[in-house]
Amino acid sequence: MFDILQILLSESFWSASLRIATPLIFGVLGALLCEKSGVLNLGIEGIFVAGAMVGWMAVWLGAGLWGGVLAAALAGALFGLLHGILTVPLGLSQHVSGLAITLFASSLSYFSYRTALPTVSSPPRISPFQPLDIPILSDLPFIGPVLFQQTALTFLALFCVFLVWYVLNKTALGVAIKAVGDNPNSVDAQGLSVYGLRIGAVMAGSALMALGGAFLTMSAFDAFFFGMVNGRGWICIALVIFASWRPGKALLGAILFGAFDALQVRLQTEVGAFVPSQVFLAAPYILSIFALVIAARRAEYPRALLTPWFKGQR
Amino acid sequence: MIRIEARGSQSLAWKIGLPIISAILALILAAIPLTLAGAPILDSYAQMFSGVFGSKFAFSEMLTRATPLIFTGLAAALAFRAKLWNIGAEGQLYLGAMAAAAIGTGVFDVSGMILIPTIILFGCAAGAFGMIVPATLKIRFGADEVVTTLLLNFIIIIFLQYMLEGPLKDPMGLGWPQSSPILDQGMLPKVMDRMRIHYGLIIALLCAAFAQFMLVRSVWGFKLRAVGENMNAARHAGIPVNRSLLTVAALSGALAGLAGVSEVAGLKGYLTADLSPGFGYTGIVVAMLAGLSPAGVVIAALFIASVFVGADSMSRAMGVSSYLADLVVATALLCVLLGGFLSRYKIITGVSQSGGK
Repeated sequence: MFDILQILLSESFWSASLRIATPLIFGVLGALLCEKSGVLNLGIEGIFVAGAMVGWMAVWLGAGLWGGVLAAALAGALFGLLHGILTVPLGLSQHVSGLAITLFASSLSYFSYRTALPTVSSPPRISPFQPLDIPILSDLPFIGPVLFQQTALTFLALFCVFLVWYVLNKTALGVAIKAVGDNPNSVDAQGLSVYGLRIGAVMAGSALMALGGAFLTMSAFDAFFFGMVNGRGWICIALVIFASWRPGKALLGAILFGAFDALQVRLQTEVGAFVPSQVFLAAPYILSIFALVIAARRAEYPRALLTPWFKGQR
Repeated sequence: MIRIEARGSQSLAWKIGLPIISAILALILAAIPLTLAGAPILDSYAQMFSGVFGSKFAFSEMLTRATPLIFTGLAAALAFRAKLWNIGAEGQLYLGAMAAAAIGTGVFDVSGMILIPTIILFGCAAGAFGMIVPATLKIRFGADEVVTTLLLNFIIIIFLQYMLEGPLKDPMGLGWPQSSPILDQGMLPKVMDRMRIHYGLIIALLCAAFAQFMLVRSVWGFKLRAVGENMNAARHAGIPVNRSLLTVAALSGALAGLAGVSEVAGLKGYLTADLSPGFGYTGIVVAMLAGLSPAGVVIAALFIASVFVGADSMSRAMGVSSYLADLVVATALLCVLLGGFLSRYKIITGVSQSGGK
């Protein structure tokens, strides 16, 4: 009846899946890094908005595409610094601080956008990242079209998966970050700075989240729209639990999610006459809740997640 | 050397003074974006002030705006007291609003004496359902309610779009996705002639008084606070933690549902997909400014509503983006967070002194 198999075997399907997964890969990695150090970052949704706006704005002002990427990452890191200061040395509620960052970052982005462009009716466009076309590799069967219809930002996301995995598992810094999220006292006993490690991890994670936002305005689309992030940040918070805080599984989770999203778009054209389109629109969010419910029981949260640590208090 | 040390108990002056200082500070900080937007500062503030207190109508508009914020603020305050992170008030508001539209647009053509309580009851039930689901997922499967309530907001809004294009769509609506109008006798009465304030405000104030009483004076409130302060200790003390969580989830959802009921059956008269400009999320700020006290929620909601109504009027007059109001509200939350820290701890610089204690 439906040609699901045919869809699943097509190059364009997997190409779309990877494209949809890219912002989620950045976001899940960012959330993972923050949480590994013991800090939940619910600022993610707002940081996505800020990354999308700042990246786009920088390019629109003439900074060049990579200048925009850098600007977005810096903006993300700054919001991360704010969240880090509020939750790490000051030990405030990570839930409330994160939500405050989301409200602050998104309203600041919207306000800045409107202030810079008070009168435009249709959002101005930039020329976004183009698909990389690498000779020979692009001609490989299947893999060629799937991978090389992607823009540089997707490759950056894939590289970040490796980078985060490498740092967390193969370096002393990674051992320290994981330790500070499990048992900060042990880190302090070794003479390392708990505050420094946690704030640093939150800043780096927030920069990654902002790149997820930047992908939306600089690769997936070519302009900034209100409400374009549309819950992607929250989906990442669910995916990171599903991925049990492992970069490899995070990649897998994001791609599965992207594949599901790409599949529903294609199914919609097949069965759209019988099923209301809203069923497909709601599917990603329902899927996230399912993923969370399945993963929650066996989730091994970083042991010191949500727990503030103060020097000299045990 | 910088150290952070807990203060003893918080004095009442701190508790009341801090949110006020935070709120004022957030308003003062709004001067920065105003300057960047090129607006004259003093004129802008004057315009904001007269947009709220300039006329009887302006003031009544502020009260109208505060009504849903009292409901969603109470919804957040009660749940947060039990450390149940209900971030889903936005969705629960729409569930209540859909129930109101489903019941009130002609299914039951009965007198207002029956119709209004029925609408309210179903609105509460729909909202409560919207929070019982994530609370059950939390208790049963350990699924984090922050994430589930946030995601449910999106699901519910998509469901709302479906309902407005299908079952709830007004056949006379010229194709617009909106519900039929609520029957006249199903509308909450107005408080004043020629003003938009409606009895939703009175219900909101009654809810706040009831919540304050329940939280501070009742055994239920005591259990709730015990669960919020230390869940394990509460469990050891024999408090039925899960049941407490479920009841507060139901109450919190019902309050958010009432916000939707009062907007549909008190203010607008019909349901659209842009009924709420984020009342559910703003309710969290209201609750935090209020220090999670139901009585404080009323005052905080009046303040936040003033910011929105004042900034709206100022934006129109000065040509500044109305996102300024959202920015002030977010800044107020950051300020009150910082202020809450300063009230609980003192930062000590220099060599620590021995003795004391």
